[in-house]
Amino acid sequence: MSEQKILPREVLTGEHFTTGNHAAAEGAIAAGCKFFGGYPITPSSEIAEHIALRLPQVKGHFVQFEDEIASIASILGASWGGYKSMTATSGPGYSLMLENIGLGMMTETPCVIVNVQRGGPSTGLPTLVGQQDIMQAKWGSHGDYEPIAITPSTVQECFDLTIDSFNFAEKYRLPVTVLMDEALGHMSEKLVIPKEEKIVRVNRKTPTGPPEEHLPYLPDKDLVPPMATASSGYRIMTTGLTHDERGYPVINSEAQEKLVKRINDKIRLNKDKIIKVEEYQLDDADIAFVSFGSSARVAKGAVNRARKKGIKAGLLRLITIWPFADDHIEKLADQVKKIIVPEINYGQITREVERAAHGKTEVKGVFKLGGDIHLPEDILKEIERS
Amino acid sequence: MAEENIELIESHDHPLDGYLREGRIPHIFCPGCSLGSITTVLVEAILEAGVDPKKVAVVSGIGCTGRIAGYLNFDSFHTTHGRAIPFAIGLSVTDPDRKVIVVSGDGDLFAIGGNHFIHAARRNADITVICVNNFNYGMTGGQVGPTSYVGQFQSTTPYGTVEEPFNLPDLAASCGAVYVARWTALDVRRVKDSFVEAITKKGFSFVEVLGSCPTTYGRRNQLAEGKKILEYFKEKAVLQHGMDTKKVDIEKDGPMIVGKFVDIEDKPTLTDHLLEIQRKGEAALNKGGKK
Repeated sequence: MSEQKILPREVLTGEHFTTGNHAAAEGAIAAGCKFFGGYPITPSSEIAEHIALRLPQVKGHFVQFEDEIASIASILGASWGGYKSMTATSGPGYSLMLENIGLGMMTETPCVIVNVQRGGPSTGLPTLVGQQDIMQAKWGSHGDYEPIAITPSTVQECFDLTIDSFNFAEKYRLPVTVLMDEALGHMSEKLVIPKEEKIVRVNRKTPTGPPEEHLPYLPDKDLVPPMATASSGYRIMTTGLTHDERGYPVINSEAQEKLVKRINDKIRLNKDKIIKVEEYQLDDADIAFVSFGSSARVAKGAVNRARKKGIKAGLLRLITIWPFADDHIEKLADQVKKIIVPEINYGQITREVERAAHGKTEVKGVFKLGGDIHLPEDILKEIERS
Repeated sequence: MAEENIELIESHDHPLDGYLREGRIPHIFCPGCSLGSITTVLVEAILEAGVDPKKVAVVSGIGCTGRIAGYLNFDSFHTTHGRAIPFAIGLSVTDPDRKVIVVSGDGDLFAIGGNHFIHAARRNADITVICVNNFNYGMTGGQVGPTSYVGQFQSTTPYGTVEEPFNLPDLAASCGAVYVARWTALDVRRVKDSFVEAITKKGFSFVEVLGSCPTTYGRRNQLAEGKKILEYFKEKAVLQHGMDTKKVDIEKDGPMIVGKFVDIEDKPTLTDHLLEIQRKGEAALNKGGKK
């Protein structure tokens, strides 16, 4: 990928009062996104609308496609074309994208997908909040792969973490999902965009050797192969079939083991660099909330209220939801007598917390099925049951 | 021809050396399949078109024809079933000088991928789409496809095909393709010339090649050898340049009308429009437009 010069209006340095959806769009542009392929869907459409206005101002392209399948396929193609690329959608669209997310995993194609979650299943609650695509983002496409998914909690994080997501995508060569939710996408709050020089941009590594010796899937020590851009003379060979280091299809168990292990291990081995959490009032806590996204905002409020009543509550907020923060959960399970997991679904992350807690403490989920965020009281009630 | 008159040339070189992937041959195509010769013709056409081989990207979906990309030593992308076209659009708009060629089969492009085809033609994406129409799903064992004609027998139409097939040139033309042609695999010279025209054409160009599939189509339809299918093409093909595409549908035992049907000049492409939008975006910025 050629050296990117930051164009004058790529980073709108300053203070803004804006929505999570617009912040995610601005984060993408600040990260160097130059191609967006998308399809309208509530509650994510404002991302497409905003980026349709903004991308042409920074020498980028916006194309509205015929569906979400075309959108994700186009951003994979654009990524091989050398552009940082993105799409945005909600649950039904994300479901349609899954097959090509798998292609992105198998061909190791950097790109970012924003999923502004709404209530499901099916058409569900188009205009109302949900956190029901958490497991879909982990397991949705067939086969074994280790995804990265990020769950912002504030408008500021919609901006910051979209940049991080592009950087992860470029560094580890995979599609990264930003799991927002309707409440966050449509919420307005303060966004501070830093100066250009403060924005960290990671670009994929590219091959440097002679093209005739290039092996497109020969990994470096970090298990990530350098990625050639189309038309750079490296005669790219890529396929969703199981392939060897030359990129050639090889249909046997040895090739499968080698490739699938590597595309999983490149994330597993680097999970400490990828996993981010926020620890709030946890030092002396004996009861902890584990939450993410909009739910974590309510959990934080519940911690404050509990503390006023003299209850030693704290919050572990998952910023990276995949890979999962197993070690943080296990440490927490050693410390507290109960972990409460508020989430806007019928128990997705609760199960992960149970698994990671290894039975060392009680884990209790507080579920809302979508349509509304929790009230602090809903969560506090669960403390009182302790 | 008497056998002693054939002059054998002993050589370890192949005319397409450097343009086929080393170690990928022999290909997977069945004896009597036309995909081998279509692969050859495609490489020859790319070279004859005078485009920089570095700037060529070949994108395929899934299926027998979908395997062609993987044999070619250009930038080659073997994508998911039906999605080669939108992937190709992503590659195309990110470099106006890149020549992106989609090669795939009738099932891939017109059943599962049909929606992408019509929209790519409508938006005049600057790509060339080559469809090898073998009238059935070959790789999966010979099921009925969107171009199977009424009365054709396939593994999922044991009582004969009842649904009307797509008329591919008419579909392409009605959706806005700027170049539309159809040939049989027998006519490799015209196929090559047509590929050259399509590749050098600005905008959405489409070439249908009627291909021979003795294994899963032919043997169920009294055409069990590649040669028999080519003889059938020879008997049925009627050259009609400029023919109204409405009249080129294929029926059982009917004529197969081939030729160049559409050739439109200077229609702005998707890439042209996107670059124009960039100019508008920059102008809005300079006027102090909204953020």
